[in-house]
Amino acid sequence: MSSDARSARWAWLAVAGLSVFIAAFAIGCGGSDSSDSTSAGGEMLSEVGKGEGELNLICWPSYCEDGSTDPDVDWISDFEKQTGCQVNVKIGNTSDEMVQLMRTGQYDGVSASGDATLRLIDGGDVAPVNTDLVPNYADIFPGLKDQPFNSVDGQMYGIPHGRGANLLMWNTDEVKPAPNSWSAVFDPNQASKQKGHVTAYDSPIYIADAALYLMAHQPDLGITNPYELDEDQFNAAIDLLKQQREFIGEYWSDYAKQIQSFANGDSTVGTTWPYQFLALQAEGDPVQSTVPEEGSTGWSDTWMISSEAQHPNCMYMWMNHITEPQVQADVAEWFGEAPANSKACEPQYLKKGPFPDVKHCEKYDASGEKYLDDLYYWTTPVSDCGDDRGDVCKTYDDWVQGWTEVKG
Amino acid sequence: MRLTRRNERLLRLASAATLAFIYLPLLVILVYAFSASTTQVWPPDGLTTKWFGEAFNNSGARDAFLLSLEAAAFATTVALILGTLASMAVARYRFFGRETISFLVILPIALPGIVTGVALNTSFTQVLGVELSLFTIVVGHATFCIVVVYNNVVARLRRVSGNFEEASADLGATPWMTFRRVTLPSMRTALVAGGLLAFGLSFDEIIVTTFTAGAGEQTLPIWILTNFSRPSQLPIVNVVAVLVVLISIIPVYLANRLSRDVGAAAGAGGAVAAEGAAMP
Amino acid sequence: MGHRLADLFHGRPRLQAGTLLAGPVGWLVIGYLGSLAILLIASFWTLGELSGEVERTFTLDNFKTIVDDSVYRTVTLRTVGIAAAVTVTDALLALPLAFYMAKVAKPSRQSLLVVAVLVPLWSSYLVKAFAWRTILSEDGILNWALDPLGLSGPGYGTLAVWLVMSYIWLPYMIIPIYAGFDRIPDSVLSASEDLGAKAWITFRRVIWPLVFPAIVAGSIFTFSLTLGDFIAPTLVSSTQFIGTVVKSTITTNLPLAAAYSIVPILIMIVYLLIARRLGAFEHV
Repeated sequence: MSSDARSARWAWLAVAGLSVFIAAFAIGCGGSDSSDSTSAGGEMLSEVGKGEGELNLICWPSYCEDGSTDPDVDWISDFEKQTGCQVNVKIGNTSDEMVQLMRTGQYDGVSASGDATLRLIDGGDVAPVNTDLVPNYADIFPGLKDQPFNSVDGQMYGIPHGRGANLLMWNTDEVKPAPNSWSAVFDPNQASKQKGHVTAYDSPIYIADAALYLMAHQPDLGITNPYELDEDQFNAAIDLLKQQREFIGEYWSDYAKQIQSFANGDSTVGTTWPYQFLALQAEGDPVQSTVPEEGSTGWSDTWMISSEAQHPNCMYMWMNHITEPQVQADVAEWFGEAPANSKACEPQYLKKGPFPDVKHCEKYDASGEKYLDDLYYWTTPVSDCGDDRGDVCKTYDDWVQGWTEVKG
Repeated sequence: MRLTRRNERLLRLASAATLAFIYLPLLVILVYAFSASTTQVWPPDGLTTKWFGEAFNNSGARDAFLLSLEAAAFATTVALILGTLASMAVARYRFFGRETISFLVILPIALPGIVTGVALNTSFTQVLGVELSLFTIVVGHATFCIVVVYNNVVARLRRVSGNFEEASADLGATPWMTFRRVTLPSMRTALVAGGLLAFGLSFDEIIVTTFTAGAGEQTLPIWILTNFSRPSQLPIVNVVAVLVVLISIIPVYLANRLSRDVGAAAGAGGAVAAEGAAMP
Repeated sequence: MGHRLADLFHGRPRLQAGTLLAGPVGWLVIGYLGSLAILLIASFWTLGELSGEVERTFTLDNFKTIVDDSVYRTVTLRTVGIAAAVTVTDALLALPLAFYMAKVAKPSRQSLLVVAVLVPLWSSYLVKAFAWRTILSEDGILNWALDPLGLSGPGYGTLAVWLVMSYIWLPYMIIPIYAGFDRIPDSVLSASEDLGAKAWITFRRVIWPLVFPAIVAGSIFTFSLTLGDFIAPTLVSSTQFIGTVVKSTITTNLPLAAAYSIVPILIMIVYLLIARRLGAFEHV
């Protein structure tokens, strides 16, 4: 028996050693694709040629509708007919997912929010955009051009898509009186009444929402920007979120799961995107939503083209198509956001959308003056605080770590 | 063994309760497949069969089904070849490290699927620069399907003496002829049983597949996972679920009939079924 | 040509065995163990600061994080705890049914029961998990059934995870235990009876020691499958388990995810060694 055991042990050692050797060999000789994309990240197109026949996009839910959710909501089929570019849509639920998908190099473009754009630019995953090749770019609201999250040194890295706020949504049958503040989900006195039915966005970027709350309710912390948090401010936000954890029923990242949760009563109050609110309302569910008094975080989305795009012509055609006034009006009404193309606000386009409303742009403050310009748009936290504190702020890695801790 | 009437009754009750517990959730899904509404409210508003028609017409579900079939077919083939080779070596020869082989073969299925998935994903994407695709899915599936075939064939080979093969060689047959005329027929049913179980295993797998499937590919389980929460797709998911359950009954039943000998069913079939099906 | 080969192989069992093994062992060592080794090596890598891309520098930071940050300890203990709970639950549920199948049921009934247990085992793990998600939901059948009694179901959460996992892995426990019972010769049981032992004593003194290794064999599956699962927990809870942490971390920090995956490997190695000591491998 013991000689069998001994020979087994030798066999194992041999096998283990062999595997490590093979692994090291593979790593040494294998591709190191991460290092060759630290350059400018791909060539910028100088002219748009013929369509390549296919286009692979990563989209936020409901940004890329082709009639499969609702036969009347479709801005892809026309595009496919006009350009011959067959569109394949991959839905991303969080910015992290989208960044990871872009890194595979298998996609041509992505509708990136501000917390993904900088990471993609810095990683060389996206190419600069020649805005001259996108005629509709001229009509985009000036406030969305040359922003820190979509441009570097005056060079645009994408075409703005639209922007909007994260909302507080609640079940009007269960949550009374109607809340007007984020304390509905952060203040233990209020959140405990919905214990087990509170929901929050399952992404490290949600830490900014906690910081936003503290900005208003704990001014001593001195938070001026919810994405620039030093040690003390960050820890305070994490503690607040850990406290909120007790009341959370579900963290959501899949928009459709959230709709289901609110519809069957598993969730009764929490943060959401306008799309879910509109969808629930259309089904007749008892929900309401608002941008609370403290303000809110939000997203300003940009279409970016991959530095390894296999169908760049189709991608440029798409970027122009998605910023057409009628398409912009359709998307803006369908998702519940402010369009990027100022022309989309004209009544002739708003009238023909999925939720026709000529007052859509006022309601959603498309020009930005009422509240949209004051939203704290998703952006990537970096160590440089951008003020006299210097380089002490928490990076996105710290946020990711912190989020794992919060969920416990 | 004789039990008192009371004990026997209790035992029977406990067994029935356990079986009921096992089947109830499946029956619930069956009901939902006929439910008229697009939400999961219980009890359902009304009953209809229209979702079955819509499921067949749904291109996403159809494509996913075909991809699953393809992957399972390839994976089963690889597993059959490799599993048979390994089992023949282990059952018929004595050599240094023989016990290790058994352990090695079982390892992909004994370690949590997420480990296999992350390991393969890292190797493919970070080191080898291989794009995730049908190929990577098949590699993942084949690796843990080997054990299913291996166990079935090894058990069979152990029961059938190696004397026939020796006699064949002594009579002048080449190794290939011996294999074809003597060995293969004796393990044919074990191969089919193992193949069927491997096919089912690959068809249903999701955990490793999540990490080895490219962004554009959806096997049927991945399709289910992506679509179960979309209101317009949910009823179709329920129908697909029922069909998947029905489809899996057939290979299991057949595999069971083929390893009918209770000793085999208990020893090999039981082990095979348990560990073979172990990676969902 | 065929005869040349035959001559080459004749009388050389090691060559024959080696040729047979080349394919499978090659595949498993290079493809599987090799990728596990790569996983191990990747756990020493790190990420670039702003870009977040993987950089192949050697660092122990990931392991430091796992050891220092209490959340990883909490999640590991919680997962191991649930895995143990599920294993015990399934063993308790499986024993009566398996015994009935092996020793009490008539032979015709027996094969029917085996099939009856195997069928749900094969019915898509995902379907079962998602079935429970609808059963446990606020509007689902469980609350509907308990409502007249004034009770309500557990809803989603850790308890739900225990419930769902116990349900899904139950057949994997039943089959080996059934095999274990089946292997016990009836004569042994009759002998015990003839010597005057009541049913319970027979069970405790005779049956249990004989079936215990089979129970351990079954437990390997329930434990291992629960340890790494991330789908069922995601569907019926928001709690973090080893599987969910690895799954979410691999998106943002692959080296850290790789490092944390080493933990379930170590746990399973220990578990398998113990199981082998307890004789489970003869029954697997």
